[in-house]
Amino acid sequence: MRASKQKKTKHHEEVQLFPQTARHGGIQDEELQKFCSRVVKLLQKEELGPDAVDALQRLFLIVSATKYKRKLEKTCVDLLQTTLCAPKCPEQLQLLCTAILRERSPSDDLNLSCDHVQNSRQLSLVASVLLAQGDKKEEVRSVGQRAFRVLESRQPEGPSLRHLLPVVSKVTHLAPHTLHEDQTNLLSKRLVDWLRYASVQQGVPHTSGGFFSAPRARQPGPVTEVDGAVATDFFTVLSTGQHFTEDQWLNVQAFSMLRAWLLHSSPRGPSSPDTDDKSELEGSTLSVLSATSTASHLLPPQERLREKAFEYCQRLIEQSTRRALRKGDSDLQKACLVEAVLLLDVLCRQDPSFLYRTLSCLKALHARLCGDPARVRALLPIAQFFLNHGEAAAVDSEAILQHLFTRIPCELFHSPMLAFEFVCFCRDSLPVFGRNLDILRRSFPNLFKLLAWNSPALTSEFVALLPSLVDSGTAVEMLHALLDLPCLTAALDLQLRLSPAAAERPLWDVSLRNPSCLEASRDPQFQGLLQHLLRATASGTTERLAPLHQLLQPLASLTRVVQCAEAVPTLLQAFFSAVTQFADGALSNQLALLLLERSDSLYQVPQYEAHVHRVLSSQFLVLCARHPSLVVELAKELLEFVGSVSSVHSRETMLTAVVWAVGEYLSVSWDRRCTVEQINRFFEALEALLFEVTQSRPSATLPKCPPRVITVLMTTLTKLASRSQDLIPRVSLFLSKMRSLAQNPAPSSDRCGEDAGAVCTRAAELLTLLKMPSVAQFVLTPSAEVSEPRYHRDTNTALPLALRTVSRLVEKEAGLLLG
Amino acid sequence: MVAYPAGLSHLPHQGLWLPSSVHPGAMVYAFLIHTLRAPQAQDMGLCRVLYSCVFGAENSPDDPRPHGAERDRLLRKEQILAVARQVESMCRLQQQASGRTPMDLQPQSSDEPVPLHEAPVGAFRLAAGDPFQEVRTVVWLGVLSLGFALVLDPHENLLLAEGTLRLLVRLLLDHLRLLTPSANLLLRADRIEGILARFLPHGQLLFLNDQFVQGLEKEFSAAWPR
Repeated sequence: MRASKQKKTKHHEEVQLFPQTARHGGIQDEELQKFCSRVVKLLQKEELGPDAVDALQRLFLIVSATKYKRKLEKTCVDLLQTTLCAPKCPEQLQLLCTAILRERSPSDDLNLSCDHVQNSRQLSLVASVLLAQGDKKEEVRSVGQRAFRVLESRQPEGPSLRHLLPVVSKVTHLAPHTLHEDQTNLLSKRLVDWLRYASVQQGVPHTSGGFFSAPRARQPGPVTEVDGAVATDFFTVLSTGQHFTEDQWLNVQAFSMLRAWLLHSSPRGPSSPDTDDKSELEGSTLSVLSATSTASHLLPPQERLREKAFEYCQRLIEQSTRRALRKGDSDLQKACLVEAVLLLDVLCRQDPSFLYRTLSCLKALHARLCGDPARVRALLPIAQFFLNHGEAAAVDSEAILQHLFTRIPCELFHSPMLAFEFVCFCRDSLPVFGRNLDILRRSFPNLFKLLAWNSPALTSEFVALLPSLVDSGTAVEMLHALLDLPCLTAALDLQLRLSPAAAERPLWDVSLRNPSCLEASRDPQFQGLLQHLLRATASGTTERLAPLHQLLQPLASLTRVVQCAEAVPTLLQAFFSAVTQFADGALSNQLALLLLERSDSLYQVPQYEAHVHRVLSSQFLVLCARHPSLVVELAKELLEFVGSVSSVHSRETMLTAVVWAVGEYLSVSWDRRCTVEQINRFFEALEALLFEVTQSRPSATLPKCPPRVITVLMTTLTKLASRSQDLIPRVSLFLSKMRSLAQNPAPSSDRCGEDAGAVCTRAAELLTLLKMPSVAQFVLTPSAEVSEPRYHRDTNTALPLALRTVSRLVEKEAGLLLG
Repeated sequence: MVAYPAGLSHLPHQGLWLPSSVHPGAMVYAFLIHTLRAPQAQDMGLCRVLYSCVFGAENSPDDPRPHGAERDRLLRKEQILAVARQVESMCRLQQQASGRTPMDLQPQSSDEPVPLHEAPVGAFRLAAGDPFQEVRTVVWLGVLSLGFALVLDPHENLLLAEGTLRLLVRLLLDHLRLLTPSANLLLRADRIEGILARFLPHGQLLFLNDQFVQGLEKEFSAAWPR
């Protein structure tokens, strides 16, 4: 309750400050002007007090709370800039001025410049305003140049260089090309010093009793490791103590920006077309050089930095084996492991001579991490490393990927961060999977667990991943798995409830207590099916999961299951647009059959069936359009489907699609194997169906048949009759009956006029067409050429022309009859 | 030797795992705090961004029309709002899926810290062009009625980003007393800026061990007594 009260306060904040806000969506210009003059007066005072702080806080709110520009007086903007640059101004005010100017950016009336700033803290403040300007006036370059000037003018021990490094890092990130070679070399040299040679003694606390009164008697002592032991080697971010020296602070900054710096300042770029040759050559010369580590100080700065970075990573990996005394340090160890592996990857890509030393180190690390569930996140960059350097480590990479894909998703699908990172890893690594792509593809059942549990965040990732995940070997199994995805969500929830090591904080949906299926699921009858649904890799088989759907029905209303069900249509679309690219006739037939079969065997989640049917029916038509022979080849199964429809209503979309496809593609013009008997058999089945759906009385349990189904059935019957003309009298009779039925609906039926009108119109149109059988055939079974643009441009061959001719003929005939 | 076009200078083997348009590296693009509406209340107004900070903007488009700067600023504000809205809906979906309400997190008394490790947390990706020019990753954390998010460059060390976000939220809750009724986040931007300047300077994620965090926190407390 407190929170909502607090929100309310915030909500009305602007209103309280400036009563007009509520009415005008912002304070009035006059009022703002008045307020600005007040700010100006306050900022012009000798001593800037709490009044100034208060006014600037309000000004920040005014400027930041709106999407639109607030006009501030020029004197006010100027004063904000001078206050920001005033050396004696308190930090609080400086930060407020910076924030206000930054919030107004990009802005044309800014005349802030960093050209003469000497102080690194001040430069940092000015930079945060300038870098927000969008680089229209090359602000990034000028900030970068200034930062390097300051860096050059100082000794590395300088008191506040640590404010400067983040600026340098940001500039390098925004515009790496603005740095000169000597600047790059300078920073690389400095980074080596800070990374490798920071003090191993603790810093001296700043005592309040004067700067020079630090007692000599209390020597600060050596830095320690995270487990409290005295540090065994050089200082790193995992070294700790009571107080830190300036170069230890710089060590932290240097390591934090190291990976980005190595990547940006790499001497090798794709600008040389023969990168591969060159890299081999360079690699071999480098390996000779770096092998003689005694000469390492003679190396060019960039290579020396890589050498030191390598040592730093190895030390971090060693330090991460220690048992941290504090929770924060234990978390940092994990992040450092990830960073060390990412760095080693960069180093090995830039200089292959690191590769063999790194491989043995990472193999050992991998072995260690496999038994340590708390550090599982570092397995992803390790796998990435082995993929990137696959040729050198083919055997290991396969084993490492196997372990990753079979174990991690099924154990940790419930961690949203891990799930996201895992899927991003798969997606981003696609180009380097190479022959390991098979491992990825076969692991789709495991990957789907991440999706089933975290569908809102991962759906778009999977839409991008699916085209690479599916191939002709797994398509059928994957389609089943996608349709069963909400059921998988329910099964995972059940699995968590049943797991012996229930966490302190339950991972499942706590709003549902003790669902009835908990005990029943232990039945051996279900165990096999559950195991199949929860399999780790593709099995090549499919199981009928209907009993499982029944068992898990109590979980179908869980929000997580519903969320997953909402994602399935999108995923199905992505699946089919990928599959139809490569599916041959045989696979298309298989998939089409699967669509029909699964359309009445879905997990019952509210709305799920209707949404899935919409996708399945449209995709069935896509499959038919790509492989029209499908209708002839699957004639038997399609007949069965049409004949077995018990409830038109629940499968309306599927039925409509199938009936339409029969009308379109059951024709010799699509497949020579199509026979008159086939056409007649379909005609009879569809005629019976139409009879059934139009004669049955609507009731409470049996809603009326949708008019779309009726019109599609009539159209298809007409099409079939136009191809087997003996049927024309039969269909004509039927159509006229339909017309009169629609015109004079039985009093008991509540069919509304609009629906009846549509049926009546369609029946009349079809009847008219059938009067000229050869024209009917031309119109209802157009050859494939009709879809060519020529047919719609050339007035002599166009379909509209044909139709006009027909209608004229028909009218004439009607006139003759009347006359 | 360093004068390569942006984003291309880092690929020894072209076509490796980094899309060529992406600057890799450890940088945060933006940090934001926004409201989270209660899931059951439908008409509690819009999702509002309470604070946002962009560290080094994307390059402004070349727009010769007048008021280009204003349009550019409007675009940036809309981008941040788009992130906030998406975080809000992700957070709500996750909370609903776990069957919990945001109030489950509420500590019994105001002296107790909020159990941040139980707060909903997650990450998602924003495709290039929607809403930012480049691909970004968002890491978010929801605490009661407030959402906190870092907008990152892809290929960021996510574990470090998550740790940093938790640290920032803890500091903001402590030093701004965000969850007490009288707390006024909107008028205490200087404190937020002070925390960000130390713990996320210019969007640089820092590897800070516990003692470094304590040192910085002491320094901050000295400048801004509670």
